[in-house]
Amino acid sequence: MTLREKIWQINWSLILLILATASVGFAMMYSAANGNFDPWATRQMARFGVGMAIMLFIALLDIRFWLRSAYLAYVVVLVLLIAVEVFGSIGMGAQRWIAVGPIQVQPSELMKIALVLALARYFHGINLEDVNRVTSFIPPIIMILMPTALVLRQPDLGTAMMLAAGGIVLMFLAGVRLWVFIAGGVAALASIPIAWQFLRDYQKQRVLTFLDPETDPLGAGYHILQSKIALGSGGMFGKGFLQGTQSHLSFLPEKQTDFVFTMLAEEFGMIGGLGLLGLYALLLIYGVFIAMRSRSHFGRLLAMGVTVTFFLYVFINIAMVMGLVPVVGVPLPLISYGGTAMLTLLMGFGLLMCVYIHRDVPFGRRGEEET
Amino acid sequence: MNRDTDRAKLFGRRAAFLGVAKLALLGGLAGRMYYLQIIEGSRYATLADENRINIRLLPPPRGRILDRFGKPLADNEINYRVLIVAEDTEKAGGMKATLERLSQIVDISPKDIQRVLRDARRRRSFVPIKVVENLTWEEVASIQVNSPDLPGIDIDVGQSRNYPNGETLAHVLGYVAQVSETDLTGDPLLELPGFRIGKAGVEKVHDLALRGAGGTSQVEVNALGRIKRELERKEGEPGVEVELTIDVELQKFVEQRVGEESAAVVVLDIHTGEILAMSSQPGFDPNAFNKGLTTTYWRSLVNNEKSPLINKALVGQYPPGSTFKMVVALAALEAGIIAPDQTVFCNGVTELGNARFHCWKKWGHGHMDMHEAIEQSCDIYFYEIAKRLGIDRIAEMSRRFGLGEPVDIDLPGARSGVIPTRDWKAATIGQPWQKGETLIAGIGQGYVLTTPLQLAVMTARLVNGGMAVQPHLTRTIGGKPAHAYEPARIDVSPRSLKLVADAMAAVVNSPKGTAKSSRIEDETMKMGGKTGTAQVRRISKSERDTRVLKNEELEWRERDHALFVGYAPVGAPRYAVSVVVEHGGSGSAAAAPIARDVLEEVQRRSILPPLPPKTVASDKDQPGGEDSPLQAASLTGRSL
Repeated sequence: MTLREKIWQINWSLILLILATASVGFAMMYSAANGNFDPWATRQMARFGVGMAIMLFIALLDIRFWLRSAYLAYVVVLVLLIAVEVFGSIGMGAQRWIAVGPIQVQPSELMKIALVLALARYFHGINLEDVNRVTSFIPPIIMILMPTALVLRQPDLGTAMMLAAGGIVLMFLAGVRLWVFIAGGVAALASIPIAWQFLRDYQKQRVLTFLDPETDPLGAGYHILQSKIALGSGGMFGKGFLQGTQSHLSFLPEKQTDFVFTMLAEEFGMIGGLGLLGLYALLLIYGVFIAMRSRSHFGRLLAMGVTVTFFLYVFINIAMVMGLVPVVGVPLPLISYGGTAMLTLLMGFGLLMCVYIHRDVPFGRRGEEET
Repeated sequence: MNRDTDRAKLFGRRAAFLGVAKLALLGGLAGRMYYLQIIEGSRYATLADENRINIRLLPPPRGRILDRFGKPLADNEINYRVLIVAEDTEKAGGMKATLERLSQIVDISPKDIQRVLRDARRRRSFVPIKVVENLTWEEVASIQVNSPDLPGIDIDVGQSRNYPNGETLAHVLGYVAQVSETDLTGDPLLELPGFRIGKAGVEKVHDLALRGAGGTSQVEVNALGRIKRELERKEGEPGVEVELTIDVELQKFVEQRVGEESAAVVVLDIHTGEILAMSSQPGFDPNAFNKGLTTTYWRSLVNNEKSPLINKALVGQYPPGSTFKMVVALAALEAGIIAPDQTVFCNGVTELGNARFHCWKKWGHGHMDMHEAIEQSCDIYFYEIAKRLGIDRIAEMSRRFGLGEPVDIDLPGARSGVIPTRDWKAATIGQPWQKGETLIAGIGQGYVLTTPLQLAVMTARLVNGGMAVQPHLTRTIGGKPAHAYEPARIDVSPRSLKLVADAMAAVVNSPKGTAKSSRIEDETMKMGGKTGTAQVRRISKSERDTRVLKNEELEWRERDHALFVGYAPVGAPRYAVSVVVEHGGSGSAAAAPIARDVLEEVQRRSILPPLPPKTVASDKDQPGGEDSPLQAASLTGRSL
């Protein structure tokens, strides 16, 4: 395909959808700063602009390039994760960032995409009959476990959960027999007491608090309680833009990052919350649609993997602020303030778009032209 | 290709399943949103309001205390305080640097700086901390001029109680001070930091009226407690003004006249019981209590043997000495045990059993009738009539004149004194009454104790035509009269009262009177009165045989109390005064001159409006009539 043909194929409606969602985020950043573009909105918009450029760049590269680079990308990000682990143990307790020039990169975020890429490549390369051979699903499990374990050590429960869930979903999509998941699930349940030992105290506290937030209203349960109060007091139509009392009076912690949905729901009510959910649902449907249209298995898995990762962001974050799952550090996609998550998502959308652009390009196991 | 089709089919099925699952989960989130925002919405809305709205109390301004002419005795002055907000000092090198710069402008002790820094560590960085208070306007101005160099420094304007006359009236006014645990009544105002309540005197008695009611301010606060804005303000009610019966200028005159003595002076309106002046000296500065006492000042008050913290006029209990004799005389007249012109011979000493009782005049007064006995204060005469009366009849008459009874006055702590009876002695000492004790009581010594206020009341009742006036200090509270009562009539014949008042006029105005050197020359202002000298030590027989030590030869604490009760003008009495000079020596030398000057001043100032003509006129129409026991012409004429 020529570049011209590719540009012609760019999915403008998807871009519009992403822009609409991100704009909601800009408005929330503006509100979080009490009606100021500083310090969040301007920077968020700048990042979004850069992210869009990267997204388009990724989309326009050949999908077979991504297939060939998948393992390399995975290995590079894994090395970065290890580096963070090493430097993190030297520096502060929970270092998740690494400086690449002037920007701070969070390798665990990048891993969400890299893992999808690597697994998509892996399952693209084996036949359906081979998928359920025990030897075939050992490598993907290792591919999932390595970064998950590293991220869990950081410690970042939310990202670890997302990595594991994303990987498992990909295995499911690739056709791994259901009993494997059932067996895995049973094994995971059985290992909970062991895993518990590895959790840090504050993580244990978060889980315990989640189970009964009212017991510690000023301590660990404070975030959940305040978040529920802010969200619930929004009612049907909300308190109005910039009028959220709870978020603006700093009852709500991290209002511009993980708890941004609460602020939205407080200011725009259930109508606003449903509106955003609607935008997300459209994006998800779009993702599934792209996945279904792809002629290559890599493309299908990649598109679906990106969509699932995106969904996990949305679900975990919103469920968290509504008190349905423990408080874990997962940002609200395209809305929460933060560079790496934005970049990760737009890279993911770039790949999604790439799959769409190259939906009819057939290729072989290692990305060679198919005749 | 075929293989890939199978793969694609399987993928399609599973992807569709996942897609549905995802939408279902999103639906779950929507449901949760519906639950929280719609079903539970109002509950959370309430919680949200509770979260952000904080009610703050606004202390009302304390009511002023005024004298009878509206001069302020206690008011509020603006109190400029310097506050520091830690977080605002960060740009300027932190709190310590800012405080050091501030200390070049106003006086801040290193102790204050330490306290501020300590407070700052305990509190959130935006909470203002008090650095100093009671700044002068000059200091405030220079801080404001330098404000660019003092970020984080704030001037706060509050109110603090001020007593413009300083020590004058300190005992009457009392003072305000910080609320203590035991003061808490549930009024939330009392829990405000820095709130002050009346702790003594009028400030204490009328604290509720003066305090007013607190207002509230609803403010929106964030989770850190920082105030964002005021939502609603409900002003409280300022405390009302309390107007006293005191004339502050007279009070100042009295205090100045008393000078360095340890003394109590009370000036009363004999018809209304209004207290025009009430002095207890030495005094203290109530402003110091409000602003925080220094240890040195506190020690100087506590260790002073002249007890500056005690209101001697109410609390001081002294033997009335000879000032008690009018009451004994009235008891005798009313009981009919002696006629006014019947005489008793005084040779200086009388005996009862094997005890000897001396007159103050060693060689005796000779023959004394009642008028002369009061005029010259003959002790033997009163020993004699007391012996005939018995203690219980003396006590009964005393009570009619307000002695030995609690005084109903609008100040805390008034003592009731002691008027002994047989029952009283049996109950408190557990011994039977001795006849000799009746004799001693007859000259106001022994167990008899009275307060200066009671003596003033007694005098007022002696000369006002026999009305049982009650003393009081408060004229109006919030513009409404504080006292409205008709004094009861005392059951004593006007003739007897006239005789006693007549004798009192002679005490000052006759050449034989014990207070003749204190007479007022101005004919329209003449005073009557009675001296008293109360022993505070027992004079032994051996000392009496050799020589009784003079007061000047004794330790201050051993000297006699000097007393005088008086009234003026003798023609138409209007004012009563009592003076007690602790360990001042003799009543005629130490107390009478003070009383004279005070009565002269109070008449010169003509504080009270002239009497309604009725009393004065009826005097002339019916000399010695029932309503007018005191008659100027006959009184003065006879005693002179």
